[in-house]
Amino acid sequence: MAISSDSTPLFAPGASSTLRLIGYLALAIVLMVADHRGGYLERVRWTLSIAIEPLYRLAALPAQLAQAGRLALADREELTRQNEDLGRRLMMAEAKLNQLSTVHEQNQRLKELLDVQRSLGIGVQLAKIIDVDTDPFRHRVVLNVGANQGVGIGQAVVDARGIMGQVVGLLPNTCTVMLITDPTHALPVTVERTGQRTIARGAGALDTLELPQIPVSADVKVGDRLVSSGLGGHFPAGFPVGTIRAISNDVTGMFAAATATPSAALDRSGDVLVVHELVDPIGPPEAATPSGPPAPAASSPVVPAKGGKS
Amino acid sequence: MNRARANALLFWGSFALCYLLQLMPLPQVLLPFKPYWLALVLVYWALETPERVGLGLAFALGLAGDAISGELLGEQALRLCILCFILLRFRSRLRFFPMWQQSLAVFALLLNDRIVLLMIRACAGEPTPPPAFWLEPFAGMLMWPWMFLLLDDLRARLRVHES
Repeated sequence: MAISSDSTPLFAPGASSTLRLIGYLALAIVLMVADHRGGYLERVRWTLSIAIEPLYRLAALPAQLAQAGRLALADREELTRQNEDLGRRLMMAEAKLNQLSTVHEQNQRLKELLDVQRSLGIGVQLAKIIDVDTDPFRHRVVLNVGANQGVGIGQAVVDARGIMGQVVGLLPNTCTVMLITDPTHALPVTVERTGQRTIARGAGALDTLELPQIPVSADVKVGDRLVSSGLGGHFPAGFPVGTIRAISNDVTGMFAAATATPSAALDRSGDVLVVHELVDPIGPPEAATPSGPPAPAASSPVVPAKGGKS
Repeated sequence: MNRARANALLFWGSFALCYLLQLMPLPQVLLPFKPYWLALVLVYWALETPERVGLGLAFALGLAGDAISGELLGEQALRLCILCFILLRFRSRLRFFPMWQQSLAVFALLLNDRIVLLMIRACAGEPTPPPAFWLEPFAGMLMWPWMFLLLDDLRARLRVHES
């Protein structure tokens, strides 16, 4: 047996010497510091993605099978009910859409009048969440689209109800998304009713956002809806973010602190949208061209965005 | 398949399974109870076949884990190295402990691992994790006897088949 060849004395250091431990620890610390500063892990992961991505899909397989099984065995009554519900919702959405298209048309005309060069139409891409869990204490999800599908770092991810997060890690065919509830995430929002600007931070729980810095005098009530403000240039403006749940004073008494419930269904897996076009870069807007009647198309050169650099 | 090959397959297969289990989704309430599988399996192999497990293996396994979870390169490598070092130091005694004492020792190892992780994250400037962060060593302790028996049984079967 192999064990009989073991000659380690009972209370001696044995095969592993302290020197080697120190060597490995130093190597690990150097790697961590280098990665923390330079983000080398992303490059390592990129080269290893050929092995990592199939592993993700393999790990998600049992959950996927279970879900497919549930769907196949779902009883008829429930499906009928779901169908009715969806039909109703579709009708309402279409009614709203019709209303919106008239507004859109009107907006288009007004914009043409103002000679706005760029339209604000956003490109979105449908993506599916791969059900894997890299660390329960960091709020990340993995999507089934990556660099090959045109996704880039920093793009916003939304679902039907609101903003979910942003892309922080990229592989050829998958990407990692940091949810807005991650404790290291913050996003600029406005209170829809009053236009009050503030910052919503993740609290480390999937159903809570923190708004720690609201002026005491500000008009904020429980039930106010928060929408993204678009400041900072990472998230498109006007998407729902959450609803205020409670308001209290912070420890210093200088600010009011509120907690909010995120609008997006962060704890459910399913289809999400990756918003492709990043909104305006940080900095002042480009110089406005003098307003007047729309110029003929041939004589309007594209003005380079000088104000974009800051 | 000869015996050495079957043994190697079990050895590396158990680690591959660990990476999969680590990624496997769980219901939200169970997430904090997910044991650190890689550490548990490493502890088993270090106890039973110390000639195959060294600091180098722990380091390499940790690096692979980091590449898969995509958090911080070297984080798991450092944690597993410390765990492996402590384990190899006390291996001769741990091996002859009864199961419940071994479980307690595993609990202590995993608790130490959590403290190391907390220190790394604090150095990286991350906020203090929630109290549920400390539940993982308990899950590992409860999982240990079953995992030990399972792997031991698999190895015993290989031995019987070949002799």
